[in-house]
Amino acid sequence: MLTLSVQRRQGDFRLDLDLSAGPGVTALFGPSGSGKTSAINVVAGLARPDSGRVVVDGRVLFDAAAGIDVPPEKRRLGYVFQEHRLFPHLSVRQNLLFGWKRIPVSERSVELDAVIEVLGIASLLDRRPAGLSGGEKQRVAIGRALLASPRILLMDEPLASLDANRKAEVLPFIADMARRFAVPILYVSHAMDEVLHLADTLVLMEDGHAAACGPTEDILSRADLRHLTGHGEAGAVIRATVSGHRDEHGVTALAFTGGTVLVGRVDLPVGASVRLRIHARDIALALDVPGHVSIRNILAGRVVSVTPSVDHLVDVMLDCGGQTIWSRITSLAQSNLCLRPGMRAFALLKAVTVARSDIADRSPIEG
Amino acid sequence: MFAMTPLEQEAVTLSLLVSGWAVAGSLPFGILCAWVLARTDFPGKTIFDGLIHLPLVLPPVVVGYVLLVMLGRKGPVGAVLHDWFGLTIAFTWKGAAIASAVISFPLMVRAIRLSLEGVDRRLEQAARTLGCGPVRTFFTVTLPLVTPGLLSGIILGFARSLSEFGATITFVSNIPGETRTLPIALYALTQVPGGDDAALRLCLISVAVAFAALLASEILSRRAQARLMGN
Repeated sequence: MLTLSVQRRQGDFRLDLDLSAGPGVTALFGPSGSGKTSAINVVAGLARPDSGRVVVDGRVLFDAAAGIDVPPEKRRLGYVFQEHRLFPHLSVRQNLLFGWKRIPVSERSVELDAVIEVLGIASLLDRRPAGLSGGEKQRVAIGRALLASPRILLMDEPLASLDANRKAEVLPFIADMARRFAVPILYVSHAMDEVLHLADTLVLMEDGHAAACGPTEDILSRADLRHLTGHGEAGAVIRATVSGHRDEHGVTALAFTGGTVLVGRVDLPVGASVRLRIHARDIALALDVPGHVSIRNILAGRVVSVTPSVDHLVDVMLDCGGQTIWSRITSLAQSNLCLRPGMRAFALLKAVTVARSDIADRSPIEG
Repeated sequence: MFAMTPLEQEAVTLSLLVSGWAVAGSLPFGILCAWVLARTDFPGKTIFDGLIHLPLVLPPVVVGYVLLVMLGRKGPVGAVLHDWFGLTIAFTWKGAAIASAVISFPLMVRAIRLSLEGVDRRLEQAARTLGCGPVRTFFTVTLPLVTPGLLSGIILGFARSLSEFGATITFVSNIPGETRTLPIALYALTQVPGGDDAALRLCLISVAVAFAALLASEILSRRAQARLMGN
């Protein structure tokens, strides 16, 4: 549990942050220069706030008023940097054990074998960092931070320096690790797909302060935060469960409170919990159930609001069985259909528009 | 086969002993000064920097004379060492080592400082977040990363010590078996009639010793570099 309430001036930039992060993954999302990295540097003790308090698990790490400033090495936090920062003169094994060695035996909550297994780095142990690929280096860096048995793990865009393939390679490890080792994670990112896959709680950062904070699905579905979550990203994020596969057609059915959505085959067991992002621009609207149509996903709902957006587009908010779905249509379509709040409408979604990266596995690990 | 005369052996052994002690004794101070110059900022740093570099630009005779005045048996420091600890510095091989150390100190500091300035501070930050205090971070991360610079500092200092003449002869004179190092033995031979052949031999020995030191430094440096690069 982290409570952060700090102010820091850095040239023209002002960080003024109030937030708390509970268990699970808390993502700090925002454009570069919004103060995300400053925020976690303050938590780690690498940057000193002008005023305020930093408390982790009830332990005061910084309190300007009381004159407390615990040095970084005594904070017991793990930090995964944007660049791996592995020690070039040490082997992978020595890097991994660097923090672990310095923890009293009774306080070690994470063991080497478990980390090696989760991160898949058994074959790298005797090599040196210079000989590893970018993805491998970042996995080792994650393992190194984790083995220091941190009270909270700070991750500063750990995937930003990796290309798309390497990123896809490391992302599942982080998701897996967050659940397996039950360590709270403060995750800085400016990539929406990372947030979608990892974040339980989302903090939107803007000009050095937290513009919004809450469960990821809620924050990403809110229209008033679109300018922060990105116009291109506009859409709803819903929780769903894999309800079945139809292998002969290569589709998977995802059930949520408002109905069932068919998407391209997803390799997850029936019953798995997923997070699904439905882009507003992928949703078409109809006032009646269309007859002969290729679209398989037809969700019944009610219009909640109609808001003009940029470029003669309007955003229509639909309530489908308690789940918010957004649709972005032209103002021409809106006026032809005379869409008004309170009307019954059907949301149409083509299965192929849901990309694999829009579906995130959110199942807990057993055992 | 090239066999050395007892006189040559004595000079070579003494040179290696004096240079070895000069480097070993000044290395901790060299690292400390390099660290202060590379990492700290304080009023008067330029003067501190200048003081360290002074032996590089002063005539070695001046350095030798100052040492003699300070550390001679009647000098302010020398008297204390002699009366309280029974230590005599002037006109002994210890004095030769001190003269060499002072003269070679700036070269050693420069090499280590350059290397320290090249260390990625972000790695030290990473070590701090992993539970290492500042001192421990220095010994477990910073120092291993400056190994190549440390080696070149050691070799530069050693080589400069081997060639030390002016300060040594002024401070500790030319005493056979005590302070007659290679350059001093060579100089002495050039001053006596018919010493040319022996002087030439000493020249060749000096070249061989210096060359061996350079070669060793190159090999060690490459190994250290390769270690850091991951081979």
